[in-house]
Amino acid sequence: MAEPVPPLHTSWLGEGAVLCQSDPAPLEPALQERFWTLAEAVRRLPFAREAVPGMNNLLVMIDPDAEGEAAVAAIRQCWATAGRRAVAGREVTIPVRYGGEGGYDLAHVAAVTGLAPAEVVRRHSAGCYVVYALGSQPGFGYLAGLDPALAVPRRDVPRVRVEGGSVVIGGAQTGVISRTSPSGWHVIGTTDLPFFDPDRDPPALLAPGDTIRFTIESLVP
Amino acid sequence: MTGQAMNGEAAIEILSPGPLASVQDLGRHGCLALGVGRSGAMDPLALTLANRLVGNEAGIAGIEFTLGAFALRFHADAVFALTGADCRATLDGLALPPLWCMTARAGQVLKGGAARGGMRSYLAVAGGFRVAPVLGSASTDLKGGFGGWEGRALRPGDRLPLRAAGRAVPHCDWGLAPESLAALCGPADAPIRVVAAAEYGLFDAAARRDLVEAEWTIQPDSNRVGYRLAGPALALTRRVELLSHGILPGTIQVPPSGQPVIQLSDANTCGGYPKIGAVIGADLWRLGQARLGSRLRFALVERAAAVAALRRQALAAEALFARLDRARRAVA
Repeated sequence: MAEPVPPLHTSWLGEGAVLCQSDPAPLEPALQERFWTLAEAVRRLPFAREAVPGMNNLLVMIDPDAEGEAAVAAIRQCWATAGRRAVAGREVTIPVRYGGEGGYDLAHVAAVTGLAPAEVVRRHSAGCYVVYALGSQPGFGYLAGLDPALAVPRRDVPRVRVEGGSVVIGGAQTGVISRTSPSGWHVIGTTDLPFFDPDRDPPALLAPGDTIRFTIESLVP
Repeated sequence: MTGQAMNGEAAIEILSPGPLASVQDLGRHGCLALGVGRSGAMDPLALTLANRLVGNEAGIAGIEFTLGAFALRFHADAVFALTGADCRATLDGLALPPLWCMTARAGQVLKGGAARGGMRSYLAVAGGFRVAPVLGSASTDLKGGFGGWEGRALRPGDRLPLRAAGRAVPHCDWGLAPESLAALCGPADAPIRVVAAAEYGLFDAAARRDLVEAEWTIQPDSNRVGYRLAGPALALTRRVELLSHGILPGTIQVPPSGQPVIQLSDANTCGGYPKIGAVIGADLWRLGQARLGSRLRFALVERAAAVAALRRQALAAEALFARLDRARRAVA
């Protein structure tokens, strides 16, 4: 039995892009697989210029000269028929130096979650994370799979400068800052893996569908 | 990789970049799914015009200056054009009209005064600068730190090599009357046109009215990433939590403060604030020239009108460039 196709809502973002979403719900892996499959399918449509997966959604850039209603109908047709396929992603292991100078918010995360710093690290490194999408900054992976006990609200005031390679928790998400930038997420560790290099092919270390494990290189509670 | 031009090599040398100068072309396309944004000229029409004035293809990288106040020295003969915001430029002290194409001789200094009537000026040189494309574009990704000139804003002492070095340089001294841009640019005081976006219907009636009736002031902390606007607070009928999704230059987000932010060339590729609308492609260049502290108004249009406006703009540009090409051939 094929599973029922969830609803698809489309809306224009300017004249050249269509945002595709489903019903608002907590992040769902099966739904994400549908959006990955949709991205693959729409990239083959003649009017599609780019397809950008988000978290349980997809932004499709279309040729502004394309007939709008026909374009939306074609995207909907892909959604109805493409189904979902798991992406056979790579497994990426990320060694992390938790706490200390490069993990200056570990104590804060421990305090907010009520867990000992070592327990925060144990749980963070025990998780298996799936890359849902890349976005926000070059090579930054939006990951699903953070232990809900580790969720910590983002800072009210973002830090002006967080170093590339910082392993961070923000709300119910975790990730690795790929380029030194402002961020409101909490820094619990540092990794030396390069997440983005424009001169490399592919430039991004991660891709949607990859699974990630963080390992403990060192721990300063 | 490109490197600093050696002494004696055909180049222009930045003496003073002004508040912000960077190498930009028409943007980096096709990399959003990697988290890499568009970058590119904030006023793509002006950059294209500069390129066409010197006889380049439209997409060649030039230099985007912000608010004028720059100086550079030519270390070789070169044909150049300066477009966008009028900055009362001079070449060795000789005043240049706006929208002008000129031959500079080695050693001459081009200076821009304070920009008036706009925000950004564009310099193109015939043949372009020798700048290696990164991910398909020569634009500087100022946040990512790659592309353009060493992935950063230009500094005094930077020497950008010229691609056309060694070729014979014709004498040029001609340009466009500002009135000739009327069809391309449209009326300066027209509202910025906006297409409703996904959460438009979730804003209350007052917010939807204020969007198009209020005057919005561009806040001083606005930049190439986005313009922050001040005006009446735009409220939702209910709180919404959105999952991160792709956004584009032109997207008008409304954070909890109710004060809209228009994403621009250096926008992040993903966001999560409610979107009340998106500025149409044909009007993005006008934001690129809108001065900090100035006021603007919005008008809501259907997508079909946005598409038609883009087409009209493309046709007007083609007609203008065809006239330019004929004029250049006649002069030559």
